[in-house]
Amino acid sequence: MDSLARTLEHARFCEDAALTQGILQRLDPRVKLCGLLALILVAVSARRLEVTLAVWMLGVALASYSCISIKVLATRTWAGVLAFTGLIALPALFITPGDAVLPHWPITWQGLITALRLIVRAETAATLAGLLVLTTPWTHVLKALRTLRVPTVLVVILGMTYRYIFLLVRLAEEFFEARRSRMIWTLSRPEQRHMAGAAAGVLLNKSLQLSEDVYLAMQSRGFRGEAYTLHDFHMERRDWMAAAGFAVAAALAFWGGFL
Amino acid sequence: MIFEARSLGFRYADAEALTDISLVVEERQRIALLGANGSGKSTLLRLLNGICFPSTGSISFKDRELTEEALGEEDFACRFRRSVALVFQNPDVQLFNPTVYDEIAFAPLQMRMPKEEIQAAVGAMLDRFGIGHLKDRAPHRLSGGEKKRVALASALAIDPEVLILDEPTASLDPESQSGIIEFLIDCQGKKTVITSTHDLEIVEEIADYCFVLKAGRLVAEGTPKQILAEEQLLRDTHLLHSHRHRHKGITHSHPHIYQHHSHG
Repeated sequence: MDSLARTLEHARFCEDAALTQGILQRLDPRVKLCGLLALILVAVSARRLEVTLAVWMLGVALASYSCISIKVLATRTWAGVLAFTGLIALPALFITPGDAVLPHWPITWQGLITALRLIVRAETAATLAGLLVLTTPWTHVLKALRTLRVPTVLVVILGMTYRYIFLLVRLAEEFFEARRSRMIWTLSRPEQRHMAGAAAGVLLNKSLQLSEDVYLAMQSRGFRGEAYTLHDFHMERRDWMAAAGFAVAAALAFWGGFL
Repeated sequence: MIFEARSLGFRYADAEALTDISLVVEERQRIALLGANGSGKSTLLRLLNGICFPSTGSISFKDRELTEEALGEEDFACRFRRSVALVFQNPDVQLFNPTVYDEIAFAPLQMRMPKEEIQAAVGAMLDRFGIGHLKDRAPHRLSGGEKKRVALASALAIDPEVLILDEPTASLDPESQSGIIEFLIDCQGKKTVITSTHDLEIVEEIADYCFVLKAGRLVAEGTPKQILAEEQLLRDTHLLHSHRHRHKGITHSHPHIYQHHSHG
């Protein structure tokens, strides 16, 4: 239940952060989407670790000018990525052949660099993607995707998924609250697993019913398989300047990372 | 005549929802569908909205039968969807767009209305329902009353000729309820409005004519005054409850009766 509450809290935090008046928040979402995506691509494919690190630092600088503190990045992005990628990178320390870091140690310099490169790439990509989510309302990200010719059906599905995840999370939260309100003692592990399985089954049924009703509601309002959306973004001078800035940064990183 | 149902029946996989319903809805009439929970009101509204189709009998809109084939024709589907709008009982079903603005613009966009007209229609709805400040909000962050207002605004954005509302005042606070009732009073003589409810207190205000359903069957019809005067009918259809209270230390109960009164 705590993790469900954390999910909702995290989503609310992102929505509130996107409404503050930082440097990235003021930019056209299309510029941010393309610019940050270009930086991610260059950073994760760069051969030189210093270049990926430089792009990461650029992301951190952009975050600080966008009212997003290092603490927020560390707790909401870096910690999770480090735990997950660290686990994946761990074997590389031992199985990569090369020179031992210390005599009689199984860890090699080459393994250390490989693991570090993987972690830095993952952290950089997560930081930049996190910046997009933390500085742009999800609806604008979707609209930007649409203007970039991502198929309408995909964008509509993404939007509805985001919308209905909240309903289902809230529903799950209510299930667990109702259960807790009728419980006197703590359930054993097998009982907890049984209850979680039952709740998942009910949720699945409810989500099927909900999806059927939503489809009927869409049909009722004229949906015939092709969804149409409004696009009303306008590029201003600062957006063009930011686009140029992103292009220069990506080009420099590309040049530094490959040449 | 807007709608005509002839011997209408509808069956879900495991139960009969409607049996032998025949009714006529005239232009600019305000209709109340009365019935207890599970009496088939919502199913009938879905059939009238052409999102479900009868298992037996038929239903027609302006003399054109509502069938899957008919609504598969682009011309008729567009005309019908532009004329008839449904507000669902559960607004969460209806509010599937990322923002309130997109939600209200959804139906006009599907009708391929010009962009300027859509923007004007959305702006008018935001003003009319006092929800301009919510336009960039995600629907899941709205209160129940706000969701209902957005659902109503999104149905009305195409200025439909017929508005169908499924229990519009259910689970709303008194202020939100009165806002919806006032809106329905305003519709008198302007739109055809079909409202399902089991709230007898609001019937006289929101309807000129009533149909009463019980277990999927039409058991009575008449003006609100005629229906509300039929105490036994209201008891049989579980629309009337006994009110139990104390006077000077004596507990007694009597039926909760809704009496009509007029001024002038």
